[in-house]
Amino acid sequence: MEHIRTTKVEQVKVLDRFSTGNKSLTGTLYLTATHLLFIDAHQKETWILHHHIASVEKLALTTTGCPLVIQCKNFRIVHFIVPRERDCHDIYNSLLQLSKQAKYEDLYAFSYNPKQNDSEQLQGWQLIDLAEEYERMGLPNTHWQLSDANREYKICETYPRELYVPRIASKPIIVGSSKFRSKGRFPVLSYYHQDKEAAICRCSQPLSGFSARCLEDEHLLQAISKANPVNRYMYVMDTRPKLNAMANRAAGKGYENEDNYSNIRFQFVGIENIHVMRSSLQKLLEVSGTKGLTVNDFYSGLESSGWLRHIKAVMDAAIFLAKAIMVENASVLVHCSDGWDRTSQVCSLGSLLLDSYYRTIKGFMVLIEKDWISFGHKFSERCGHLDGDPKEVSPVFAQFLECVWHLTEQFPQAFEFNEAFLLQIHEHIHSCQFGNFIGNCQKEREELKLKEKTYSLWPFLLEDQKKYLNPLYSSKSQKFTVLEPNTISFNFKFWRNMYHQFDRTLHPRQSIFNIIMNMNEQNQQLQKDIQDLESKIKQRKNKQTDGVLTKELLNSVHPESPTLKTSLCFKEQTLLPVNDTLRTIEGSSPADNRYSEYAEEFSKSEPAVVSLEYGVARMTC
Amino acid sequence: MEFAELIKTPRVDNVVLHRPFYPAVEGTLCLTGHHLILSSRQDNTEELWLLHSNIDAIDKRFVGSLGTIIIKCKDFRIIQLDIPGMEECLNIASSIEALSTLDSITLMYPFFYRPMFEVIEDGWHSFLPEQEFELYSAATSEWRLSYVNKEFAVCPSYPPIVIVPKSIDDEALRKVATFRHGGRFPVLSYYHKKNGMVIMRSGQPLTGTNGRRCKEDEKLINATLRAGKRGYVIDTRPLNVAQQARAKGGGFEQEAHYPQWRRIHKSIERYHILQESLIKLVEACNEQTHNMDRWLSKLEASNWLTHIKEILTAACLAAQCIDREGASILIHGTEGIDSTLQVTSLAQIILEPRSRTIRGFEALIEREWLQAGHPFQQRCAQSAYCASKQKWEAPVFLLFLDCVWQILRQFPCSFEFNERFLIVLFEHAYASQFGTFLGNNESERCKLKLQQKTMSLWSWVNRPSELSKFTNPLFETNNLVIWPSVAPQSLQLWEGVFLRWNRTSKYLDEAYEEMVNIIEYNKELQAKVNILRRQLAELETEDGTPDSP
Repeated sequence: MEHIRTTKVEQVKVLDRFSTGNKSLTGTLYLTATHLLFIDAHQKETWILHHHIASVEKLALTTTGCPLVIQCKNFRIVHFIVPRERDCHDIYNSLLQLSKQAKYEDLYAFSYNPKQNDSEQLQGWQLIDLAEEYERMGLPNTHWQLSDANREYKICETYPRELYVPRIASKPIIVGSSKFRSKGRFPVLSYYHQDKEAAICRCSQPLSGFSARCLEDEHLLQAISKANPVNRYMYVMDTRPKLNAMANRAAGKGYENEDNYSNIRFQFVGIENIHVMRSSLQKLLEVSGTKGLTVNDFYSGLESSGWLRHIKAVMDAAIFLAKAIMVENASVLVHCSDGWDRTSQVCSLGSLLLDSYYRTIKGFMVLIEKDWISFGHKFSERCGHLDGDPKEVSPVFAQFLECVWHLTEQFPQAFEFNEAFLLQIHEHIHSCQFGNFIGNCQKEREELKLKEKTYSLWPFLLEDQKKYLNPLYSSKSQKFTVLEPNTISFNFKFWRNMYHQFDRTLHPRQSIFNIIMNMNEQNQQLQKDIQDLESKIKQRKNKQTDGVLTKELLNSVHPESPTLKTSLCFKEQTLLPVNDTLRTIEGSSPADNRYSEYAEEFSKSEPAVVSLEYGVARMTC
Repeated sequence: MEFAELIKTPRVDNVVLHRPFYPAVEGTLCLTGHHLILSSRQDNTEELWLLHSNIDAIDKRFVGSLGTIIIKCKDFRIIQLDIPGMEECLNIASSIEALSTLDSITLMYPFFYRPMFEVIEDGWHSFLPEQEFELYSAATSEWRLSYVNKEFAVCPSYPPIVIVPKSIDDEALRKVATFRHGGRFPVLSYYHKKNGMVIMRSGQPLTGTNGRRCKEDEKLINATLRAGKRGYVIDTRPLNVAQQARAKGGGFEQEAHYPQWRRIHKSIERYHILQESLIKLVEACNEQTHNMDRWLSKLEASNWLTHIKEILTAACLAAQCIDREGASILIHGTEGIDSTLQVTSLAQIILEPRSRTIRGFEALIEREWLQAGHPFQQRCAQSAYCASKQKWEAPVFLLFLDCVWQILRQFPCSFEFNERFLIVLFEHAYASQFGTFLGNNESERCKLKLQQKTMSLWSWVNRPSELSKFTNPLFETNNLVIWPSVAPQSLQLWEGVFLRWNRTSKYLDEAYEEMVNIIEYNKELQAKVNILRRQLAELETEDGTPDSP
């Protein structure tokens, strides 16, 4: 709390992000230890978690006050006008401090308390069990076994303790190979395709320089291809552009020389590095945040940002991987430089194409735990959880989510979860509200004692499952129903609901999705009602047959009374559980839509209707 | 003329048809006066049944004696026919070329088409101006029907019956007609019942360089204003274009002569610029090998979505004047038959719930496009593939449909019709067995005796079996004004039209089916619950003892 000097400022204005006029909402701004809260005149609350703040900017003083622009990692942008400069300055300074913590222990997760007891907390962490997942894949088996080589993180600090390797790969071979790989990240199994008996393996780049070789590494790769009884050759996918990989040779790193490895087919797939991705997103946000954006500027900006090109590259790589397994029955080894960014993208997306389990809610959690969290994707650095090197920040995981979103668009029935699920996960990789994404590898997480001190996100998402279900999901598909997405450029679209999640005026005013989702729920309720009614009717009838003689007599004499009829009609109307909220029409104000600069034509000012949504914390606070 | 003269080879065997996403089929190709038919010999099923008038362009090439004809259709589909024998191929190609570009309208298929269905309702009489006017006359007595154009003498592109202010007599209308481009004097397009404000449309005023004025014109449009109220003139040209128009005798309403009116210029493109935009867009969509950058830059360069945004913005502005400012408006561009109609019709989609129903939308097209004199014959003569670009060709109507689709996407429950309906209208505007979209205005349609000689599209569409295909299962009456977002992030490429032949929509179609199933199931369950409740209630009263929970 030492950073907070002003906890409450009144008469603060929020400007509409896209309005060219000065449309605004007035309300009160509160600063708490964890959130910035704005309550407008209609008592609508906007919560902004400090950890979500990507940047705070104080603009030049205007006649109405001091502007404060806050950009969030979930792409919310809020433009406050604080009447007094001193207040603005205080808040600005506080937010600078609060949004960038120096120590893990100061992150929200360490103070967040959802009122669970210790055993609930532990159970939550045990919900996703990777040992179970490898078992599901059919491991261990005759070709693959669990290796204890990294049990104490001795060989590779950024790998998990438990790793699957070919049975014929001995410990010396593993140790030897790890010394020949960047950061000791030697080839291990990421996914095993039971049907094809082929594996997806992952590692980092070899330290080959211009000519170095390592027999153990060559042996390990050979062991991987031998572990596939069907196909003797394996693919080695270097997910980097060839030029980058070649440049790495000068630093004693590089890529596999096909001459030194028997039975490998080497392939570059050309996904750009974290720095390119970071600036690409930066450009995309600049474009989409422009006021009075024209269609042409939007598309030329979209093009020059390169963002969709990068998304397509990741998708194409995953498709290449899935095809190698499905069509050629070949095992694939994937790496990039360190094997924790592009490699995670390609391995996880490839598995998701191959195995329908990963398209379920639980399966998707498992996939993230396995290929991202356990294999050491550096969430804390990539998401900038702590005040660190801004050059380490990159939207690598967000790109993975975006690829999945594109798949849900092409295959609307293949996923158990919906877009909201992806958005929620994206929200929480930055929120630091749960322990899952804190830290950069398993070893670090253990040292932080996250399982004792923080809570796991997954049980909370599962509890709220209803919100994340895809109403059109068809679960009939077989486990190995493979998705074959079409990556023609026109299939890639700007993900409006991600980058403009909080700019409600840009969204469709009626959501088919919500309606169908609610209808599905309603159908379940109706089915129950029918059962109830049927059993009640049965009871009645049974009762009646007891006294059937007298009743029948009465019935024939007395036809239905008119009063009864009307009451029935009345009943019917009120009992119908038609949910009005389903069909609420929004957007009944033209002022929401920036049709253009004709505002001066009209004298009347529109009531402001900026809708600011609740912040992330609301779900569990 | 006999069609037989044009058909040198009526039939060729062993022709192979290639279509994207379908396996190639071998069969017999037949040419008739209006169709190109390919039937596979196995079970004599027709694989292809294509109207010649749907053909926009053809390419032919030869490899040895095997000829290939590539047919590019007005609905953007591209198919390929491999025809053995050079002579046969050349004959077929020249026949198709001749048959798809017939000069005379009366040779077109609608004049030969005999419906195979029972006509329940004659579409030619479905939307009579008198009936449409009745909808207004209940709410207002300030307007009247005028028959001044009965013989099409006052304005050749207007229908015989128009709605004008009651206080203006036919004599004045004749005078105003001489002051407006094409004789298109201001007429009522829409009456907003909520506040009595109106949309009128016309051609540009013929002020010329010396600022000619016409008292009757001023009186006519002022007659629509309430005391002390101001109106807006929305000119769909940029100011400089409107100013230049004066040199050619055209012009715009001068403030001095129309002090009660504010003029707003909202530029909307016309003519060849739109046609080129369409050509570029379709070309971009057809290229399967584009990398991402090239696709995005081609999409941008087509400017199609820019035009969509322009048109929607102008329509929203018009709707805003009416509903929010409580002001009447007059809309025109130069002739008042293209962008003017886009704006007046879209404004009604936004303002008027009825125009979002199937019949209401049909009535809107009848009123604001057909009767209002949009020259369909000229504008839709060719589509995106034709090399001979004529300046009167332009996808004005397709842009309108695309705009409706954009609004439909943003308000998916507020329309009684679905995307399929819009696509069908697009198809029939360019090539059809029905007479509805033939001719350029009512006068021409009258001379062609379309009502007697051809079938109306509405006669077919409004049959229950067809209607069910076009009905939006999510529809629920929404009596509000609907304001779409026109931000670039909210506008999308109309995939159902532009990518229709370039990708499979299997998964999307299946998902749509599933959605329909859920909705149907919901209705069933609700009905069942109601029946059971009634049963139970009956049993309870028979018992005389309500079930105590």
